[in-house]
Amino acid sequence: MIQYIFRRLLQGLPLLFIISLVLFVLMDNIGDPLATMGGRSVTRAADRQRLSRQLGLDQPILVRYVYWLIGNDWAKVDLDGDGVAETPGTRRGVLRGDFGTSLVVRGKPAIDVIAERIPNTLLLMVAAEVVIIAGALFMGIYSALHQYSFIDHAVTTISFIFYSMPIFFIALVSIYIFAVNFKAWGLPSLPANGMFDPTVGKTPAQVFLHMILPVVSIALISFAGYSRYIRSTMLEVQSQDYIRTAKSKGLGQRQILFGHALKNASLPIVTVVGLDLPLLLAGAVVTERIFAWPGMGRLFLDHVERVDVAVVMGILMITAVAVVVFQIITDIVYAWLDPRIRLK
Amino acid sequence: MMSTTETIAPRQAADELAPPLSVRQLGWRRFRRHKLAVAGLIILMVLIAYSFGGALFVSEKYANYNDLNQALQPPSATHPFGTDTIGRDIFARTIYGGQISLFIGLTAVIIETGLGILVGALAGYYGGRLDNLLMRFTEAMIIIPQLFLLIVMAKFFGGQVPNFTIFGRTYSGSLVVIIVIIGITSWMYLARIVRAEFLSVKEREFILAAHAMGTSTRQVIFAHILPSCMAAIIVSATLSVANAILAEAYISFLGMGVQPPTATWGNMLERAYSYIDKGVPWLWFFPAMLILLTVLSINFVGDGMRDALDPHSRTV
Amino acid sequence: MTTLLEVTDLRTRFHTPEGTIFAVNGVSFSLAEGETLAVVGESGCGKSVTMMSLLGLIPIPPGEIVSGCALFHETDLLKSTEATMEHVRGREIGMIFQDPMTSLNPVLTIGQQLTEATIKHLGLSHAQATARAQELMEAVGISDPAKRLSDYPHQFSGGMRQRVMIAMALACSPSVLIADEPTTALDVTIQAQIVELVIKLREQLGMAVIWITHDLGVVAGIADRVAVMYAGFIVEEAHVDDLYEAARHPYTRALIAALPRADQRRGQARLKSIPGAPPSLYALPPGCPFAPRCEWVVDRCWAENPTLQPAATQHQVACWVDTTQEAGQ
Repeated sequence: MIQYIFRRLLQGLPLLFIISLVLFVLMDNIGDPLATMGGRSVTRAADRQRLSRQLGLDQPILVRYVYWLIGNDWAKVDLDGDGVAETPGTRRGVLRGDFGTSLVVRGKPAIDVIAERIPNTLLLMVAAEVVIIAGALFMGIYSALHQYSFIDHAVTTISFIFYSMPIFFIALVSIYIFAVNFKAWGLPSLPANGMFDPTVGKTPAQVFLHMILPVVSIALISFAGYSRYIRSTMLEVQSQDYIRTAKSKGLGQRQILFGHALKNASLPIVTVVGLDLPLLLAGAVVTERIFAWPGMGRLFLDHVERVDVAVVMGILMITAVAVVVFQIITDIVYAWLDPRIRLK
Repeated sequence: MMSTTETIAPRQAADELAPPLSVRQLGWRRFRRHKLAVAGLIILMVLIAYSFGGALFVSEKYANYNDLNQALQPPSATHPFGTDTIGRDIFARTIYGGQISLFIGLTAVIIETGLGILVGALAGYYGGRLDNLLMRFTEAMIIIPQLFLLIVMAKFFGGQVPNFTIFGRTYSGSLVVIIVIIGITSWMYLARIVRAEFLSVKEREFILAAHAMGTSTRQVIFAHILPSCMAAIIVSATLSVANAILAEAYISFLGMGVQPPTATWGNMLERAYSYIDKGVPWLWFFPAMLILLTVLSINFVGDGMRDALDPHSRTV
Repeated sequence: MTTLLEVTDLRTRFHTPEGTIFAVNGVSFSLAEGETLAVVGESGCGKSVTMMSLLGLIPIPPGEIVSGCALFHETDLLKSTEATMEHVRGREIGMIFQDPMTSLNPVLTIGQQLTEATIKHLGLSHAQATARAQELMEAVGISDPAKRLSDYPHQFSGGMRQRVMIAMALACSPSVLIADEPTTALDVTIQAQIVELVIKLREQLGMAVIWITHDLGVVAGIADRVAVMYAGFIVEEAHVDDLYEAARHPYTRALIAALPRADQRRGQARLKSIPGAPPSLYALPPGCPFAPRCEWVVDRCWAENPTLQPAATQHQVACWVDTTQEAGQ
């Protein structure tokens, strides 16, 4: 088991390096960060050059990648443009947790900028994931017990529709109904902006209220995708020979469902849940934009717009690492749950 | 397994005794039985007729005609879908927007399918280090959420392609950009499917026989192996059109997709969310609904195709 | 001997989009206490479906038990509630299936699967059930039972798994054991071991056995009586010795003739096979279902389907022709 974990981790590393290289090259060509710095455009040539040297933008790309990765405090940088490198660099590199300095929030380390926002996005995503899993389990069990019933068919069709819906549609509709119209009709409405009401302050109650609409939007879309899969997994499990054996022993329907069927169905479900992370993140980007939620997705959008390489690369790399780690965790959990793999 | 032929799937036993149907006949029967797929096909036809046929009744000029006095009008007889923030008729815009959205879906998938088959075939056929390298790369691309990649690439290539005019109509250069970047961020799933097919088919006897007869590599790939992947490729491509349309919608909604003067259903929604407080649902409802219907019907059709063409399921 | 099970005119069909499959078409038989009945026939003849129908293991859409009566201790199994059936299954009637690989739940330990039934039906505590499970494992010949109870199915070989299945089916000491082709998926040597095991257990526990198979060779070693099925009908039923020595139905005779014989010299005769194929089950033929392949067929066979009639002591046949009259048979 330990060997397995180790192996998976080792496999993940080269992957991350490739990703970082590809992304870095991509980001490098995106635009001229100097043009949009701090909202002012830098016009004087001398200033541009100085800025360019300060930011290390005058070095060839591979050098810049290396500096990005392992920092440049072990090398010297030429700051005054006389061709002689004299000042030691100040960056420690990504591998030591330094993603560089944000170009937008002048002087602030990118990692801090990102770290401020991560908890907010995590809040949304974890909440969404919990809602999704609970809903999906409920749906799976219900459809297994009541196959062919009207509700079963209805729910299947509805989830299909939700699955095909762009997330902003659900978000806009829910805002329209629960925020705008409820207010217009005098009903207590759900807030649709930001994380808390500034006049009330950042209380748990406020955050919770503000979370409802965005979480529901994200959850509905994912849930729709899961529910079909869970339903078909349950149906498939139920048609297996060992269920027939269980029945032939005289076990009751509930016992067969929870004691036998669910245990087997949970294996593929764990896989699906684990691999869903990238999609959740994408959904978060749009949702955060619509609901003005101060999360990492919104940060990403804003900083790509302003070509803040450090922050953007930081977010991308953190995302990539998170996805890889999650994949590994999913594999491990799966291997743990399935005795055929656990006890080779 | 003999006992199961009599119990859970008695069809399989009887299947051996019924008159044989050709693969195509089997496929069409199953597709037809899948009523939702047929419904999806019909809806799709209607939407295509709406977007392309509708252009015969409504000119593009009319779609772009704006009159601020008429801004934000609710649906009425003259403006069935209402008007937008600068007074343009939403109904007309959805017609022309539809053309572009559907077009993007189709062409992006062509690029994506080409890339997917190329990578998958090379990896599956040659195996070894090439396979390893290609698969690492594929995995790397899958790990980053597509939307993130799209956002970054849209910024990367944005503004680099100038507007162009074909047949008297002017299109934004961003149209080409969006098609390309959707194509190059979606090929990975198909590549894996194709690779899996190649890996399994490669070892089968008829391939070894072909080699023994001296058939060229290229011919083996195109004439022998690829046809067996066809079913999976077709299903994947169909469902990818839906994903491409959604991807365009997402990126345009965020303001980084197709730019004016070209309208798409996605970019019609772009500023819609900031008007939500004003209670003007027709602004976003109609384009969003059209996207939903398109994606839904394609998903139905794709599902039906999968049932029909899936070689692994023997039941008729 | 008291009759445990009396099945009368059982008919089961499956409604599929392609049509209705007439799987079981009027099967009647009885089973006495301690008796072993073998049900023989080729795949698709309805032998498994018959037994599954009795225990209510047929999925009800698309399946349908059209008619029939299955009296077990005065209770009609086919008309009982699910609660009653749950009591019968496992407790009164145990069943083992063909493929031990897929018939055991891969994510539960053998111990869990062995103790489920006794905990439910006999009200044993967990400790008692575990002790009983150990006994059962010993009885079926699995060594080191205490340790193996916490193993998973994939850690057992095919033959071992089938032994476990037998242990599971007999856990509550049922009065009937239904064995649905238990040795078909196993190696020949293991087959013999399993047959031996069932014989031994039968002597110890005295249960009646219904043994379903397509292999006439196995039948001789274990059965008291044999019922031969074809296309959802029982075409012959007799004492095992009678069947082998004096089979009457053309199908049975053909089956027996097709058995390779140890005393045949190589090259002396060809293996006899039955020409043709079993009929499609999508429609009931008006006459005898075996008519197209029968050596003895007469006109009446095409028009009317013969029912089981007594032909000799404890020997019934469904045939219009008296095949013993043929010279040289």
